[in-house]
Amino acid sequence: MRAPTGDKIAAGETILAVENVSLAFGGVKAITDVSFDVRKGEIRAIIGPNGAGKTSMLNVINGFYWPQHGRIMFKGETRSKMRPHEAATGGIARTFQNVALFRGMTALDNIMAGRSLKMHSNFFWQLLRHGPAMTEEVAHRRKVEDIIEFLEIAHIRKIPVGVLPYGLQKRVELGRALAMEPDLLLLDEPMAGMNLEEKEDMSRYILDVNNFYGTTIALIEHDMGVVMDLSDRVVVLDYGRKIADGTPDEVKRDKAVIDAYLGVAH
Amino acid sequence: MDLLYKIFIDPFMQMGQAPDLLVQTLWEGLVSGVLYALIALGFVLIFKASGVFNFAQGIMVVFAALTLVGLYALLRRWGVAPGDLAAYLALLLTIGVMFVLAVAVERLVLRPLVNQPDIILFMATFGLTYLLIGLGQLVFGGESKVMIAEDLHLPSGSIEVKMLGGFVNFQKIDIAAAVIASVMVAGLAVFFQSTRIGRALRAVADSHRAALSVGISLEQIWIVVWFAAGIVALATGIMWGARSEVSFALEIIALKALPVLILGGFTSIPGAIVGGLIIGIGEKLGEFYWGPLLGSGIESWLAYVIALLFLLYRPQGLFGERIIERI
Amino acid sequence: MLYREAGQYKTNYATDVAVFPLREDRIGLAVILLIGFVVLPLTANEFMLQAVLIPFLVFALAAIGLNILTGYTGLVSLGTGAFMGVGAYACYKLTTFFPQVNIIVLAIASGLFSAAVGALFGLPSLRIKGFYLAVATLAAQFFLSWCFIRVPWLYNYNVSGAIEVPSRYVFGVPVTGATATPLTRYLVVLSIVVLMTWVASNLVHGRIGRMWMAVRDMDLAAELIGIRLLPTKLLAFAVSSFYCGVAGALLVFFWYGGAESAVFDVNQSFFILFMVIVGGLGSLTGSFFGAALIFILPIALRVLSPAVGLPLHPSTVEQLQFMIVGALIIFFLIVEPNGLARLWQIGKQKLRVWPFPY
Repeated sequence: MRAPTGDKIAAGETILAVENVSLAFGGVKAITDVSFDVRKGEIRAIIGPNGAGKTSMLNVINGFYWPQHGRIMFKGETRSKMRPHEAATGGIARTFQNVALFRGMTALDNIMAGRSLKMHSNFFWQLLRHGPAMTEEVAHRRKVEDIIEFLEIAHIRKIPVGVLPYGLQKRVELGRALAMEPDLLLLDEPMAGMNLEEKEDMSRYILDVNNFYGTTIALIEHDMGVVMDLSDRVVVLDYGRKIADGTPDEVKRDKAVIDAYLGVAH
Repeated sequence: MDLLYKIFIDPFMQMGQAPDLLVQTLWEGLVSGVLYALIALGFVLIFKASGVFNFAQGIMVVFAALTLVGLYALLRRWGVAPGDLAAYLALLLTIGVMFVLAVAVERLVLRPLVNQPDIILFMATFGLTYLLIGLGQLVFGGESKVMIAEDLHLPSGSIEVKMLGGFVNFQKIDIAAAVIASVMVAGLAVFFQSTRIGRALRAVADSHRAALSVGISLEQIWIVVWFAAGIVALATGIMWGARSEVSFALEIIALKALPVLILGGFTSIPGAIVGGLIIGIGEKLGEFYWGPLLGSGIESWLAYVIALLFLLYRPQGLFGERIIERI
Repeated sequence: MLYREAGQYKTNYATDVAVFPLREDRIGLAVILLIGFVVLPLTANEFMLQAVLIPFLVFALAAIGLNILTGYTGLVSLGTGAFMGVGAYACYKLTTFFPQVNIIVLAIASGLFSAAVGALFGLPSLRIKGFYLAVATLAAQFFLSWCFIRVPWLYNYNVSGAIEVPSRYVFGVPVTGATATPLTRYLVVLSIVVLMTWVASNLVHGRIGRMWMAVRDMDLAAELIGIRLLPTKLLAFAVSSFYCGVAGALLVFFWYGGAESAVFDVNQSFFILFMVIVGGLGSLTGSFFGAALIFILPIALRVLSPAVGLPLHPSTVEQLQFMIVGALIIFFLIVEPNGLARLWQIGKQKLRVWPFPY
């Protein structure tokens, strides 16, 4: 039975479903029996206090950790184990809490590297850097330049990313993820450590990515204001368990959520 | 079939037929294993305390032995007599030289490279290796020398033990080496576990920056640990020199400490010992019983291949902690 | 005003993705090629060709090979010498079996053998990283060194245990063996090195180079953008060993004229690694700088020391060489971890804004 591909999933249908996932490291339980879904075209936020298992959840989704229990359905295909590069091939892109760029490479090369999966010219032409290899290089450069323009990082394209300020690094990282033209984009605290202005910029990019490219986004964020403004639906984790799921307004009024954030005497 | 017989049956038949030879081979392996372990111990000391993979440890062994012999010759030429006085004087002076070396390494190599990636420090110790080879040869000459075992009153001769229907030969110097190695290992283990400076050493190994911020002096720690590694190197050099000769050809043998480290893990003193024994015994047995099948000399690579196969099974070494990757 | 990009407008991406987008760089490259192919052959004497230029080129090629693995992909190898040896012995066996085939073709073909061996010994790199991998490559070094001695078939059962290079002709001109002139051999080596440097530059500037560097800089993130680690690392091992293998074949056939196994021992591996460190990890230009500095320095020492009234004993020179190389490595790691290549970049940058400081 061949599952439908991403393109065949209509907007609003489930693109990713996490079903009863549990993950533990040794005796430490990071995630306990969590289920939620992401619908195509939406911005889905995962929130929760520190140590709630949010990053672990993303790591499970893109194959970096393998859950002990439960399964994940992506674009109609169910899987329990897969390697990170298989997730990438399947159309999942990702940014990281602590920027995970290729520090020795320029911003341009970082984003170009994001297109590795889409480039297919063979080794022979690569040796000559001619013919199909060159055509491909130029074609993808054009796409990458579109992303660079969209993220307004043209001025730093040939600077090694290791020396860039943090805010710009975050943008380059987003660019690298966009270069993969993903069906699902996972953003791990895209606004951590940013000032207000940078946060506003980043929010705008995220909304634009969602609107113009139609990319489905799942993001983790601490800034509640940002989360409530950006996302269509929110799932709340606490101590590895799901405690609420719904629209920002519903979640905001949820008693369990308020308790988790403000603390409550049990 | 014949080949399989030669690989899987014949060597064990030989072992059974001549158990005295087997014991002799095991003993030889044990002794060279002890010496590998001693070199590996120097690596572990430095790695534990500074996170530096000190490629130069093997050369420090040769350098220390060469300095000892060279200083002894110099003292004798100046008329210091008798021989054992000169020898012990030279020993003291060599310890001094190892201290100067530790200080120099800290000042000129480690301090300017604080907080650099590990691989940069690793490569810097390559530079140190070559610097020491050149320096040692320039000062003391490149020809091989004889260790002053007699004047240091190291035991010589051997004990023949009648057992298992034959004779097994134990060199006294080998026994001494094994004893000295055990004492050193025990001493270091106590030092690391129960002294204040030992704890500071372990703190530094975890994080340079964090250690600095709680007021541990990196400079002192590094000097102490490189000095300690230098003393271990000197002891190793004396033992090794007494068994063969003192020359830079030992460098190749010193590299054998690397597979030992891989087996034992970079941070474990017991690991270094166990790894050393496995490699030492493994390669002697391999050479003696399986070597004739392949043509002799497999000793030169057997240790590395054992380590490589082992790594594939357990990438963090025998006693190393499991590495959990986070992102 | 000698060197800057002002006024050179690029109107399409093809010109901007070129390896040398700047006109001045292209002119500089042309000048260097002109010196290499025309000026030096006309002016250099036999000693210069045989003892300086040919080995310099051979080592530069080996350094490029190791740089692909260590500088671009971040995998430290201590087995370079052995991979060079595989190339040399493969070339020797090939020319024994196919004496009529062009020796230049065989030299390059022998790289395929070392590539295969390199990829084989690269297999552990999926599970092993960093220092552990460096030690694992020592297994390759010592095992192959042993083979070079213990498998007499490799050196045609010569009693001496060494390879003796036979005379081979290309278009009637002797290119190897006793009758080949240094000039011919120099030109052959130069052509191969230029060609292979060009190819290496194509590789590292394209998709494959980016994948290698991604693995070097952060292998986990590389995996998450869809790069499969094992094939990428193995490709680096194969390409790197290919270059080292060809360098080894050139070393024996076009420089030494014969060699025994000791040429390809672990010290050769270290030697090449030093060239890469001093020249600059992850820089092809740096490989040339590194080879020049590490190899030519002792020659300069030997030739120049009597000239300044310091007659040094040959063994003293050798010991001094060890010391200086060691000190240089430490010096470079402290002052400029990116090697001579970085100094070259800084120099170019200064020239770009000259006469202003910024």
